[in-house]
Amino acid sequence: VGERALVARLRSGDEAAFRELVAAHGSALLRLALIYSPSRAVAEEVVQETWIAVLRAIDGFEGRASLRTWISRILVNAARRRAGLEARSVPFSALGGDDEPAVDPAWFQREGPHAGHWARFPVDPSTLPEERLLGAEIRERVQGAIAELRTPQREVFVLRDVEGWPGHEVSELLEITPGHQRVLLHRARNRVRRAIEDLL
Amino acid sequence: MDDLACQELVELATEYLEGALGAEQRARLEHHLSHCDGCHAHLGQLRAVVRAAEALPEERLSVAAEDELVAAFRAWAAGG
Repeated sequence: VGERALVARLRSGDEAAFRELVAAHGSALLRLALIYSPSRAVAEEVVQETWIAVLRAIDGFEGRASLRTWISRILVNAARRRAGLEARSVPFSALGGDDEPAVDPAWFQREGPHAGHWARFPVDPSTLPEERLLGAEIRERVQGAIAELRTPQREVFVLRDVEGWPGHEVSELLEITPGHQRVLLHRARNRVRRAIEDLL
Repeated sequence: MDDLACQELVELATEYLEGALGAEQRARLEHHLSHCDGCHAHLGQLRAVVRAAEALPEERLSVAAEDELVAAFRAWAAGG
């Protein structure tokens, strides 16, 4: 309901409505644009172009998807085209060679009655102080690990975990099945986990 | 009852945290978790990743880019 009112204000040329939208979705759009762009400057251009495309198309917005899904799809398609990727997401089979284990096999016992069980326990971060978990050292590692993720994993991780979108909205935007979305999330979360495990 | 190896559990962890496991598999996994400190810790690490990810600072356009955007909006609004 609030979304429909905002769209109506935007259509009527209400600048405050535009600023509200940019404030609400600008960060997510820029994070997405950074996935496909060779530089921050290009990513900022992609975001600007997206908003202009949104204004041109807003009369045709029917509310079948949420506004953020609709806007994000405009961005993802434009950014993928610009990067020379197919606008539609790549088929799962094309992701090949991506079935790496979540945890390095060296962590597990290889034989004996307890094969497949931990050889040594990972660190339980539940006692880690919040200020350390959210501090600069771990933050920089997380940001670095995200930047290194393969594109499909990074798309899912950014939307699901960084932006906190529900899984079904992520799969809708990226046009992948919920199961595939979770596989990509699984790989991504474990890559980021491995990047910070020594700091936990 | 508990025939789940830790190495198998870690591959089910995201399905579990996302609420996508069937009832039987979830019960099996939770039974394992109830007595395995290693797997419990592993799940804690995944939750820590999510916590750190959601706390990342917002990204923002540069001031110049934002100004250009507002100018583009005004031109659009004026042109109808």
